[in-house]
Amino acid sequence: MATTAISTPAYRGEYSGEQSGLWSWLSTVDHKRIGILYLYTALFFFMFGGVEALILRAQLGAPNQHLVSAEFYNQLFTMHGTTMIFLAIMPLSAAFFNFLIPLQIGARDVAFPRLNAFSYWVYLFGGIFITVPILFAVAPNGGWFGYAPLTTKPYSPGINIDFWVIGLQILGVSSLAAAFNFLTTIINLRAPGMTLMRMPMFTWMAFVVQFLLVLAFPVITIALVFLLFDRFFGTNFYNTVSAGADPLLWQHLFWIFGHPEVYILVLPAFGLVSEVLPTYSRKPLFGYPVMVYSGILIAALGFGVWAHHMFAVGMGPIADTFFGLTTMLIAIPTGVKIFNWIATMAQGAIRYTTSMLFGIGLVGLFTIGGISGIMHSSPPADLQQTDTYFIVAHFHYVLFGGSIMGIFAGIYHYFPKIQGRLMDEKLGKIHFWLTFIAMNLTFFPMHFSGMLGMPRRIYTYDAGQGWDLYNAMSTAGAMIFPIAMLIFIYNFFKSRKSGEIAGSNPWGAGTLEWSIPSPPPDYNFAKIPTVTSRYPLWEGKEVDHESARINSQEGKTAAELGIVMPYNTIKPLLVALGLIIMFCGLMTTPILIAAGAALLVFSLYSWLLSPLEPEHH
Amino acid sequence: MTAPAARIHVAHTSAPAPHHYTTLGLDSRKVAIWAFIGSECMLFVSLISTYLIYKGRSVVGPFPHETWTDPTTGHVLKPILNIPVTSASTFVLLMSSLFMVLALAAVQNKEKPKHSRGDRILGNSKLWLWMTAIAGTTFLGFQAFEFTSFVHEGLTIRTNLFGSSFFTLTGFHGAHVTAGVLWLVTLLAIDYRRGLGSRDSLLVDIAALYWHFVDVIWIVIFTLVYLIK
Amino acid sequence: MDTHATNLPDSAEADAHAPGEVEHAHPTWSTYWKVALILTLITVAEVWLYYIPSFVAGRGFIPTLLVLSALKFTIVVMFYMHLKYDHRLFRVLFTGPLMIASLTLLALMFLFGHLYIKIM
Repeated sequence: MATTAISTPAYRGEYSGEQSGLWSWLSTVDHKRIGILYLYTALFFFMFGGVEALILRAQLGAPNQHLVSAEFYNQLFTMHGTTMIFLAIMPLSAAFFNFLIPLQIGARDVAFPRLNAFSYWVYLFGGIFITVPILFAVAPNGGWFGYAPLTTKPYSPGINIDFWVIGLQILGVSSLAAAFNFLTTIINLRAPGMTLMRMPMFTWMAFVVQFLLVLAFPVITIALVFLLFDRFFGTNFYNTVSAGADPLLWQHLFWIFGHPEVYILVLPAFGLVSEVLPTYSRKPLFGYPVMVYSGILIAALGFGVWAHHMFAVGMGPIADTFFGLTTMLIAIPTGVKIFNWIATMAQGAIRYTTSMLFGIGLVGLFTIGGISGIMHSSPPADLQQTDTYFIVAHFHYVLFGGSIMGIFAGIYHYFPKIQGRLMDEKLGKIHFWLTFIAMNLTFFPMHFSGMLGMPRRIYTYDAGQGWDLYNAMSTAGAMIFPIAMLIFIYNFFKSRKSGEIAGSNPWGAGTLEWSIPSPPPDYNFAKIPTVTSRYPLWEGKEVDHESARINSQEGKTAAELGIVMPYNTIKPLLVALGLIIMFCGLMTTPILIAAGAALLVFSLYSWLLSPLEPEHH
Repeated sequence: MTAPAARIHVAHTSAPAPHHYTTLGLDSRKVAIWAFIGSECMLFVSLISTYLIYKGRSVVGPFPHETWTDPTTGHVLKPILNIPVTSASTFVLLMSSLFMVLALAAVQNKEKPKHSRGDRILGNSKLWLWMTAIAGTTFLGFQAFEFTSFVHEGLTIRTNLFGSSFFTLTGFHGAHVTAGVLWLVTLLAIDYRRGLGSRDSLLVDIAALYWHFVDVIWIVIFTLVYLIK
Repeated sequence: MDTHATNLPDSAEADAHAPGEVEHAHPTWSTYWKVALILTLITVAEVWLYYIPSFVAGRGFIPTLLVLSALKFTIVVMFYMHLKYDHRLFRVLFTGPLMIASLTLLALMFLFGHLYIKIM
């Protein structure tokens, strides 16, 4: 264990006596520590979802295999999707939102530090709630989009779907609370001079994503409430048999949420890559305003394309035309982003670091996923592709090639800021190339098996349909992922302990978060800087020298600097716990509902009536 | 756009705690409550859409605006919505919004000298908070009456598509009113304990914004569910 | 959107004194009771129209009620929620989502056949 102050992360208690030990993590309200909690938890769930995928691929490696039962296979693919979307990619993005937004806009914390802690604990408890059932083979089994009426009581009588309905409801609370928090933070806590058009692109994309979250999650909340009521109280929202309910209601409500959700998953990665590419090309982001507007346009159009997930249900020519056209329109701002990234790299002094490789990987792989997306924006083409492996190939190029590649680019780029040490570049590059090969070997053949008619979500298939080779390739590719991940994990923990000391700005980046020590002190900025440009550290003559000098100093405590810090508090965790107990009671006994509600109300009032921080003199 | 004098009022209610710098000079809680209200628009639109989608598609009665004869028993069920009662409850909720703005004004002007009896009544924050909470509770009472009478007339949340979507939509609204009443009672408790003064304007302001928004949702529900046949 | 940034206060100290300037310039009792009266009158009109069978049967009934309802909605938001007098950021935060919500409602009405587009 390193002993000098400079080499030990601030969150482990070097600056203040009360900032160490398990209790300090349970009661923390520091956005950086919460970001780290998100990062570790989400990486764990990412690997859990990965193991589920490995079992799926092992089952499909050859025709007529019976490694798992059809029933368990259903649980595995449902939980693979649910885990990766709600427990891995969204929280990995949230980890970066937490860690980076206040640092990038020059703030000391988010607008509501305790609400931030609450979001994390709800996410953790909700994640456990929805994940544990698979260990007992009672996991949700209706697919990640849980189409009703399939998921209603008559067709899914077990408790499997109950876990899914309630689990997603819990996770929605976490996402919404976090979204209001970050939205307010970005609007209201920017440093002087940090106008909207000077914000780093990651913060911009985060800003757009918060709007999407705030508008999309209420819809899934209501769709889930209907399903919950149908299952628990016998209402008729999805009762197509005796009450005349419309079988498309769930599909519409779900995809009104589901399509913006796709952008919720991918825009943060776009933001990260928009930080990574300029840094390692030593050029400002090309076409910054256009990047901003295309991000906004993608989000706005994202609310008008949902029914392209439903072309196969027969909505009629007008609806098909409308949603086909809007879907094609979205390709324009997305294409603009791709071209701007390429233009950013063009003629730059490129350094091929691991982070840069992942960034370039995103640009290439996401483009493939984007183009296959345009293919099924046309309803007649979609009818051939929908519900086949072609779609599986498409969205894995978008979500793995896009989101995950971008997130890894972000992890390698920001690891030194988070931990104060550099990750091993050599291991990093092995990780990148293995991931890149595994990704393409796994998902590219799926285009072919899909085009040959292999449907999604079948647990096995007969030989002789031309699918065998492609499935064998996909499975072989999938088996490379765990090797790549093990190297990453080894690198992560080894570098955390004994990596090279990073210093405040190891990559020579231009944005505010690199002007303060790595890891940043708990107050972030000793003096709130005044911002005069988009890359304050690059445009030398415009740097706010005075605050840059003060902020680069290490080892001062908040008390020494006279900075008021919020109290640590366990109350957000207790409120989250009360919420979970309430939901657990819904599945077991009303006594638990009452107990959970009591804990929730009591700790919520106690939270709201206690001050955030010491009284300012 | 706005008169200069009006701006001063805004700066007053929205100003953040003294030592907290904010970009816009607004209190973050107020920014957050508006974002929350924007989000609630999507929540209620999902509920209202579902109600409208299922309108006229129930296979058995009772129906909201039409009579229905049970083909098996020959029972005739009358239209179930009670417009006079709901008009009364709508009026009560509208009045509660008036009381709420008066409560906010009273808190904002707490320290100003009161010269007449009228000034003192208008400046009594406890009175107006009580009036708002009572109006809200009265509205909930009307809703409880409506729900129980519907159940007596044979409409439950399980009866048909109308029952499911009606009870869920209006029930969600009622839950919002309930939360609002609890919020008001909390403010009253603070007022009795230490007195709400102009420095607490923001606390009342965000509660008021929430309260009015819930009222606004009822305006929409009243028209779309009760009046339009 | 970038106009938000134009309202930067000079410093945190400038804010500290803002709560001191209590100014009685916002809409007062006379505005509030007039608004309440207008809202009541519109509600009375709505319910009254509901009880005129010939009007209910006509084509104007639904549009009229929708317009009256939208009018009440706007009045409450503008005066009671004082959006008319408040920072324009709040207007953006409210009208943006409201528009997306309304368009979604409209789209769903088309998709489920409650509204039609006539094609020749």
